[in-house]
Amino acid sequence: MPDKQNGRGLPVIAQVALVFAGAYLLLRFSVQPPIPSSVLGMYMFFVGVSLMLFVSSDDDRFAEFKRPLIQLLTAREHKVPRLVLGTVFPLLVAYLGYAGAHTEIAPPGQQRTVHPAPPNEIDFKGKRIDVLTAENPFRHLAEEEPEAFREHVARGKDVYYRNCVFCHGDNLEGDGLYAHGLSPIPANLADPGTIAQLQESYLFWRIAKGGPGLPVEGTPWDSAMPAWEKFLDEDEIWEVILFLYDFTDQHPRSWEE
Amino acid sequence: MLLVAAVLVLAGPALAQEGGEAYRDFPIVGSRVAIWVIAQLHLLFGAFVLAVPLFAVTIEYMGMRTGDQRYDDLAHEFTRLLTMAFSTTAIFGAMLLFMLLGLYPKFMSYLSSIFSATFLPYVLLFFGETFSLYIYYYGWGKLSPRVHLSIGVLLNVIGILVMMVANAWVTFMTSPAGIDDSGALVNVWDAIANPTWMPINIHRVIANVAFGGSIAGAYAAFNFLTAKTDEERAHYDWMGYIGNFVAIVALLPLPFAGYYLGREIYAFNQQMGITMMGGVFSWLFIVQAVLIGALFLAANYYLWLGMARIEGAERFRPAIKYLLILLTICLMIWATPHSMVASLEESRKMGGAHHPVLGFLGVMSAKNTAVNLMILTTYISFLLYRRGNRIATVAWARSGNIAQVAIFVGAAAVVIFLGVYGYYVEASVRIGFSVPQVGAVLFAMIAVTVIDAFLFKDCRETGGIRWGEISPRSQYALLLLAISFTWLMGLMGYVRSGLRQHWHVYGVVRDTSADAFTPTLGYATMVVSVTVLIFFAFLVFIFWLSRLSQKQAYRAQS
Repeated sequence: MPDKQNGRGLPVIAQVALVFAGAYLLLRFSVQPPIPSSVLGMYMFFVGVSLMLFVSSDDDRFAEFKRPLIQLLTAREHKVPRLVLGTVFPLLVAYLGYAGAHTEIAPPGQQRTVHPAPPNEIDFKGKRIDVLTAENPFRHLAEEEPEAFREHVARGKDVYYRNCVFCHGDNLEGDGLYAHGLSPIPANLADPGTIAQLQESYLFWRIAKGGPGLPVEGTPWDSAMPAWEKFLDEDEIWEVILFLYDFTDQHPRSWEE
Repeated sequence: MLLVAAVLVLAGPALAQEGGEAYRDFPIVGSRVAIWVIAQLHLLFGAFVLAVPLFAVTIEYMGMRTGDQRYDDLAHEFTRLLTMAFSTTAIFGAMLLFMLLGLYPKFMSYLSSIFSATFLPYVLLFFGETFSLYIYYYGWGKLSPRVHLSIGVLLNVIGILVMMVANAWVTFMTSPAGIDDSGALVNVWDAIANPTWMPINIHRVIANVAFGGSIAGAYAAFNFLTAKTDEERAHYDWMGYIGNFVAIVALLPLPFAGYYLGREIYAFNQQMGITMMGGVFSWLFIVQAVLIGALFLAANYYLWLGMARIEGAERFRPAIKYLLILLTICLMIWATPHSMVASLEESRKMGGAHHPVLGFLGVMSAKNTAVNLMILTTYISFLLYRRGNRIATVAWARSGNIAQVAIFVGAAAVVIFLGVYGYYVEASVRIGFSVPQVGAVLFAMIAVTVIDAFLFKDCRETGGIRWGEISPRSQYALLLLAISFTWLMGLMGYVRSGLRQHWHVYGVVRDTSADAFTPTLGYATMVVSVTVLIFFAFLVFIFWLSRLSQKQAYRAQS
C-alpha cells in the first residue's frame, strides 16, 4: 500500500520535506536584502519544530511518517540503501564539521548592536545634566512661540549641515560621504526605529559624549561618533536635536500622561 | 526549623553588624553565584508552595459544589506535594539568610536598617502560614467542609502576604523609595510600596499559579508514564489535564503582567529600562521569546493530542493545521530581533544591523500583536478541546457560533489594526495601544466563554472522554511545559536582579565586591540552567517521596 495520509498521493515524510524546503526557499529568496543566517536559522528551527508537532499530533499520521524511516533502518530488503546511508551520513556530518571549522579569511562578523544605556547624569562643560529628566529647553516654543521655534530649528539645521552631514547624509539616512568608510555605518536617523524610540535627553548624551562616552557595559563598542561637546555648545546640541526630529517628521519619546 | 528561621530573621540585624568586613568569600563558585543559586531554588520552591494552595482550594471548592469526590481527592493529592515542598522551601530560605548574613554583612546591615519593622510581622505570618497549611492538610476529611475550605482560603491569604513582604525587600533593591539622599530611612511604608512592588506582586502571583500548575502537570506526567494500571493512567491523565489547564489559564494574562512590570521599571529609571530591553540584557529577551514560544506550542500540542481521546473531536482535527501555522508565524515575529547578528557581508547588504524589512518586526508594536494573537489561538485550541464531544442543541446554536466567530475576528482585527497603526504614531501613544489590544483579547475570551456556557447548556454528547488513552507524547509536552516555566523564571529573575548592575540597592548602596560586574550572557544562562537541573533533581526526589508515602506498609506487602 502506498505511503499516504488522508488519501493524498505523496507520502507524509515527503510532504514534510517539501514544506520545509518550500519555507526555506520562501524565506531565503523572497525577502530582500537576504535575512541574516542567524535569524534564518532560528526561523527554520521554528518551522521544523512546528512540522514535527503537526505530524505527531495525530497517531496515524505519525505512524505513516515513521514507517519509511523504520523500514529503511530495519527491513532486510533495504540493506543496500541502509549501507549507503550509513556511509554518506557520517561523511556529511564530517564535511559539515570541516566546513564549519575551515572558514575563509574575513573580517569578524558584526555582532548584534545593542542600545547603549545612558548614565543617569553627565557633566557637560562643568554643568551637571540629569539625563533621566532633562528636557529640550526649546521644545515648548513649538506651541508657545512657533516663529522662535522655527528659528531654533533653522539654527539646528545649520549645525547639522556643517558638522553631521558628512556621515549621516543629506537626508539623515546614514549615507553621508564618509558613511561607507565606517563599520558599522552611521545610524539612519530617518528610520522610525532610531530617534523616535528615544528621549531628547538621550540624544543629548549621545551627541555630547559620542563614541568615547559609551558605557562600560556591553563593550567593546564600535562607534566613530566624536564627542561633540568639544565643538558645540549646549544650545547648539539642543537645536540640532530639534532639527533631527523636525526634518524626519518624528517625535521624541515621551512618557504617557 | 521554624524556630531557627525566626531567630535568624530577628537576630539578622545584630549578626549583620558584627565586624567591619563588607564581604566574605564563598569557596570555588564565589559569593554571588552561591547566593544566586540558593535564592533561585528558594524562589522556585516558594512559588510552588504559594501556587498550589491557590488551585487546591479552587478544586476543593469545585468538589464541594459538584459533589464529585474526584475533585476532593485531587485537591488532597496536590496538598500532599505541598507539605513536602514546604519544608524544602524553608530549608532553602534559612540557607539563603545564613549565607546573606555571612557573605554580605554590610549590605544586610543596611537592608535591616530599612526593613527591620517588617521582620517580626514576616515571622508571624510565616508561623500563620505553617499552622494553616498543616491544619489544612491533616484536617482533610476530618473538619467540616466549610471550615476546611475557610482554612484553605486563610492559607492563601497569609501565603500571599508572606510573598508581598519578601517582595518589598527585593523590589526596594531595584527601585528604592522612602529614603533620603544619604540612603537613611524616612518612611518604611514608602520603602515597602516602592515603584516596582505592586507590579512584582501581581506578576509573581499569576506566574506562581502558571508555574505551580505546570509542576503539578509534570508530577502527573511522571506518574502517568510510570503507571502500571489503566486506573492509574486514567487518574494521572486527568490530573495532568487539570495541571495544564491551570497553567494555561494563568499563562494567558502573564505577558500583560510582565509588560506592566517592564513599563514600571522603564518609568522608574530610563537607564535600567534601556539596559533591559535594548541593552546588554535584551539578548535574554530573545531567549525568553523562544521559551515562551515553546510554552505556547507545548500547551496547544497537549490539547490537540488530548482531542484524540475525546469521542467526536475528530471533526475539529483539520483546524489544527491552521492554528499551528498562525502560532508559528506569530512565534517567528515574537522572536525576531530588532538588530541582528550578521556577517560583515550581510550587514553591508542590510545597510547596518537593522534589516529594512524585518526590522519592523523587531519593535513592540509587532511583538504585542504577535503575543495577543498567540493567546487568542491558544484559547481557540482550548475551546475546540472543550467542545470535543458536545453538540449544541439550543435553537440559536447557529447564530451563537456566528457571533463567536465574529467576536474572534473582531478582536483579531483590533489587535492587528492597532499593531500596524502603532508604527505611525509616537512612542507615548503607541505604548498606550497595548491596553486596548489586551482589552480586545480579554473581551473576546470572556464573551466567547459566556456564549459557550449557554450554547452548550443541556447539549448532546457524542461520546465520553477516554481518560488514560492519551498518547505518551502529550506527557512529554507537560514535562516540557514545567521545564520551560522553570527556566523562564530563572532567566527573567536574573534579568530583574542583574539590571541593578554594580549596585546592591540601585543608586544607593554600591557593590564594591570583586563580583561587581555583569557576567557574560553565556555564563549567566549556564548558572540558571544548572539551578534548574538542581531544582528538578529535588523535585523528582519529592515526587518519589510522595509515592513512597502512598505505598502500603512493608509488613502488609510481605
